[in-house]
Amino acid sequence: MRYTVTLAETGETYPCGETENLLEGMLRLGKKGIPVGCRGGGCGVCKIEVVSGNITTKVMSRDHVSEEDQAAGRVLACRAFPASDITLRVIGLMKKNVCRTKTQALAA
Amino acid sequence: MALRGVLRLGEVAIRVLDMAEARQHYGDRMGLHEVMEDAKGQVYYKAWDEHDHHSIVLRQTDRAGMDYFAFKVFDDATLDSLEKRIKAFGLAVEHIDAGVYPKSGRRIQCVLPSGHTMQLYAHKEQIGNSLGYRNPGTTPDEGVIRGFRINRLDHALLGGINIDENAKFFTEVLDFNMSEKLIDHDSGATLVVFLSCSIKPHDIAFVLQPEANKFHHVSFLLESAHDVIKAADMIGKYRIPVDVGPNRHGITRGATIYYYDPSGNRNEVFAEGYIYYPDTPTIVWDTSELGNAVFAQDNVVRASFLEVLT
Ligand code: FES
Ligand SMILES: [Fe+2]
Repeated sequence: MRYTVTLAETGETYPCGETENLLEGMLRLGKKGIPVGCRGGGCGVCKIEVVSGNITTKVMSRDHVSEEDQAAGRVLACRAFPASDITLRVIGLMKKNVCRTKTQALAA
Repeated sequence: MALRGVLRLGEVAIRVLDMAEARQHYGDRMGLHEVMEDAKGQVYYKAWDEHDHHSIVLRQTDRAGMDYFAFKVFDDATLDSLEKRIKAFGLAVEHIDAGVYPKSGRRIQCVLPSGHTMQLYAHKEQIGNSLGYRNPGTTPDEGVIRGFRINRLDHALLGGINIDENAKFFTEVLDFNMSEKLIDHDSGATLVVFLSCSIKPHDIAFVLQPEANKFHHVSFLLESAHDVIKAADMIGKYRIPVDVGPNRHGITRGATIYYYDPSGNRNEVFAEGYIYYPDTPTIVWDTSELGNAVFAQDNVVRASFLEVLT
């Protein structure tokens, strides 16, 4: 099955297969919106909140997703698979690092 | 320096979310040799050209990252003298009896100012590199060098707090030298320290993070930069997530590729670089040349380098 994923903030949409995680689906089409890190459920930068729709998940790091998070649909996009059309909000950000402003300025 | 004291990074214990996936990655893809599974289901690996029983330990749990790292030291007397010096520096030292860690002699353990757990040991069973020690020849049997053709575990980069304090500990207590460091151009604050106990540009490095005890990457030595490209071919073929494709670090001058294991822990395979002697002045890079310092072939700063850790 293929479903439509919508990013709530930007309105960006992309199709995503049920065996393809929400981050992969975005990346495969060269789209942007969800921050991309380790793609293995370990680093937490791709954290999203499912606003509507159903997902299935694979094991992900408890450092970044508590049981309450998971129950509320706050999960890691690289470990979540669509089981219906999905609308999501990005909540993970690469913002933890003390060097961020510097690296961003230089990267720009 | 006749190489005595702390010898090398001998063991890194990595947490994984799914052991079956991790085994496919570290064993089948990277080509490390699985030497043991213990009663708790932890899996042990060595690279072909290491002589000690293992250098990587995988433990399945619900978080990614690193449990501890361990340096091998020259002998028992070194272990005793370092214990005194570690205590004098002000860190608590824990004793671990021989055999608690498989194939391993007694260990001492402390928690670094950065929050990482470090162990030191003088003995681990040696099983060799398959060639033997008398008239060994040069080339192992077909299939011993395989996968990414990794020769050995080389170094780790860890993220944490108090990295200046860590550098002081490694240089003053463990007799490491600071080969290079990266500082903030404006404030002069230390961002990354590169520490050597050998003739390698680094044996361990620490990157400043707002959180203690984070894992940036573990790195494995390949024979050549050409082998880095061949590893990259396999990484692409098997859809292993890449952080930074083949490039060269300014710092250490290693030819590198960064990729992630299936639990999101960053790995590196690299080759080349320079020979370091402890009388070489510390090389200093600052953030006005951050791109060149970190990835010198395209000089592009990647936010992920400083912000994606497990
Ligand atoms: S990208 Fe690291 S947890 Fe998803
Ligand atoms: Fe490295």
